[in-house]
Amino acid sequence: MTNTLRALLGASALCTLTVAAWAEPTTITVATVNNGDMIRMQGLMGEFNALHPDITVEWVTLEENVLRERVTTDIATKGGQFDVLTIGTYEVPIWGNQGWLVSLNDLPPEWDKADLLPAIAGGLTVNGELYAAPFYGESSMVMYRTDLMEKAGLTMPAAPTWADIRTAAEAMTDKDAGIYGICLRGKAGWGENMAFLTAMSNSFGAKWFDADWKPQFDQQPWRDTLTFYLDLMNNFGPPGASNNGFNENLSLFQQGKCGMWIDATVAASFVTGADSTVADSVGFALAPDNGLGKRGNWLWAWSLAIPAGSDSVDAAKTFVAWATSKEYTALVASKEGWANVPPGTRTSLYTNPEYQSVPFAQMTLDSINAADPTAPTVDPVPYTGVQFVAIPEFQGLGTAVGQQFSAVLAGSSTLDDALAAAQTLVTDEMTKAGYIK
Amino acid sequence: MARKSSATAKIVTTGFAWAMALLIFFPILWIVILSFKSEGDAIATPLTMLSAPWTTATYTEVLNRSDYFGFFWNSVILAVGSTLMALLIAIPAAWAMAFQPGPRTKDLLMWMLSTKMMPAVGVMVPMYLLFRDLGLLDTRIGLLIVLTLVNLPIVVWMLYTYFKEIPTEILEASRMDGASLRSEILYVLTPMAVPGIASTLLLNIILAWNEAFWTLRLTTVDAAPLTAFIASYSSPEGLFYAKLSAASTMAIAPIVILGWFSQKQLVRGLTFGAVK
Repeated sequence: MTNTLRALLGASALCTLTVAAWAEPTTITVATVNNGDMIRMQGLMGEFNALHPDITVEWVTLEENVLRERVTTDIATKGGQFDVLTIGTYEVPIWGNQGWLVSLNDLPPEWDKADLLPAIAGGLTVNGELYAAPFYGESSMVMYRTDLMEKAGLTMPAAPTWADIRTAAEAMTDKDAGIYGICLRGKAGWGENMAFLTAMSNSFGAKWFDADWKPQFDQQPWRDTLTFYLDLMNNFGPPGASNNGFNENLSLFQQGKCGMWIDATVAASFVTGADSTVADSVGFALAPDNGLGKRGNWLWAWSLAIPAGSDSVDAAKTFVAWATSKEYTALVASKEGWANVPPGTRTSLYTNPEYQSVPFAQMTLDSINAADPTAPTVDPVPYTGVQFVAIPEFQGLGTAVGQQFSAVLAGSSTLDDALAAAQTLVTDEMTKAGYIK
Repeated sequence: MARKSSATAKIVTTGFAWAMALLIFFPILWIVILSFKSEGDAIATPLTMLSAPWTTATYTEVLNRSDYFGFFWNSVILAVGSTLMALLIAIPAAWAMAFQPGPRTKDLLMWMLSTKMMPAVGVMVPMYLLFRDLGLLDTRIGLLIVLTLVNLPIVVWMLYTYFKEIPTEILEASRMDGASLRSEILYVLTPMAVPGIASTLLLNIILAWNEAFWTLRLTTVDAAPLTAFIASYSSPEGLFYAKLSAASTMAIAPIVILGWFSQKQLVRGLTFGAVK
């Protein structure tokens, strides 16, 4: 009897240990940027854990530039510190080509890859392989004050030209009242002023490189772009604009100091949100053009990718599929309302009647659809990317050129000098990198 | 007349000192004020912000979102641990250089200090590879080693300067009384150099606490200190100034309090030997 009892106890203990070992959760580490949508997802992890109790998610949240440097080091050295990376449309084609990312073509059918917006999916696909699942997508558009436009006796067209923008900026500017007709990015950086200026230059017929990778800053379209930009900012922009990035302009617009702001579509929910003093008088329009067939809007998607060095690929895929699914969007809508769901990734979101009632929904979709990363410029170019050039050298080049252009806006350099310096420094770097033979 | 002039000068210098102190302290004061405002008020014009209602909601949100005490504990371990490890190596090294100098001692000191002149980013990839191969990524022991080595030149240099102020004759006397090398360092040199060692210790704790290059790049979750905690609230796309300020206040508060209570020791040590 005693022996039987012992045997039973032993067997039970063994079973318990085995079950415990089976139940040991897989831990995945997610590296992410600090923005409202990502923070919201962290708050909803209880829902994920209820569905997948066998997966524990740990978060590493960092500022965008630190995160980019951190994950680049880790993925290039196969450090294996992260299982899911939050990366943008700039990194995906470069890293996908390097073989640094796991293909997501085999995500479950119910994830519905065909539902992704074609422009967004195209930017995340390399040679037919989807290397990142879009979490939210954005373009850029015009956000303007309807009350000031009405006061000026103007109507903003749904698809304005740059000439319309100048007219509106002039009419809305009232410097004595602290209102500036237009707020645009001026802070130097490839993701700051150069994101705006590169997208803007596309609508002026400019490009970074010709078919032989020769820089094009010595050509007329770039001069036209910058001349127009400087005219707008010097006459109708806020003081100190060379220090203004997304956050500074958001703050100015929310305080009612900008007549117009051309920036990321994701800002629409902020300028119409509770913190905005002008929430009830904001209108939206497509980014301007010059009648050349390209608009001055960009395309970006924060996406979730799995590094090839991850040792928990299956758990990482489960998480990525959940976070970028239609069900996740519905979950956010049920908790926080449709205006707060991550926008710009799925066609089904924009056919949803409830989402269609969100004031900026249609304009966001139209803006995304108006950008084509595979043919970003008026003339054909050897690169992809709307507001960037998808080559590894671009981060350094974009920031160096951005510093030149920001200096002109600050008044410490001239347009001629800045264009000449940009041409020289980009030519030197591209020659060193072997693009120019 | 002379007394009046002296009183005026005192008022002017005192006023100037207060103005300078306020100027230096202003960014910290501003962060603390911002941390008690809502995000909307934090971006409003300054006067509006000052009159806006005070709230602790940002602190509640930060505490709910992040494991503050986990980050804090890592900071304490890394700052105190790396300082003690550095002192353990630096005290004998500084003793040797101060009291048994060789022909190349000055060169050696300069060489040690010159390692601080190289930008850390220059060795980031080799360090990352070393950490990866040794399994030290995201470990406290890995960061303890790095922080010890990063601050070691400064610790050695400071201790060397303090030790040089101690008369050699006292050490010689202890030797004549039969003190061993260990006893000489432990019971004669160290007690005399306490102000210097204390200020070195405090300064090194502050440096290690604030170190944000390696601590951000070699950690993910388990070993991440308060620098990573602050970095998680910084964003170029989205206004999180109030939360960022609350996180910053929580991160700097322990070291500011430590500095406040030890300011006498710190000042005494930093001015040790400055006036002969």
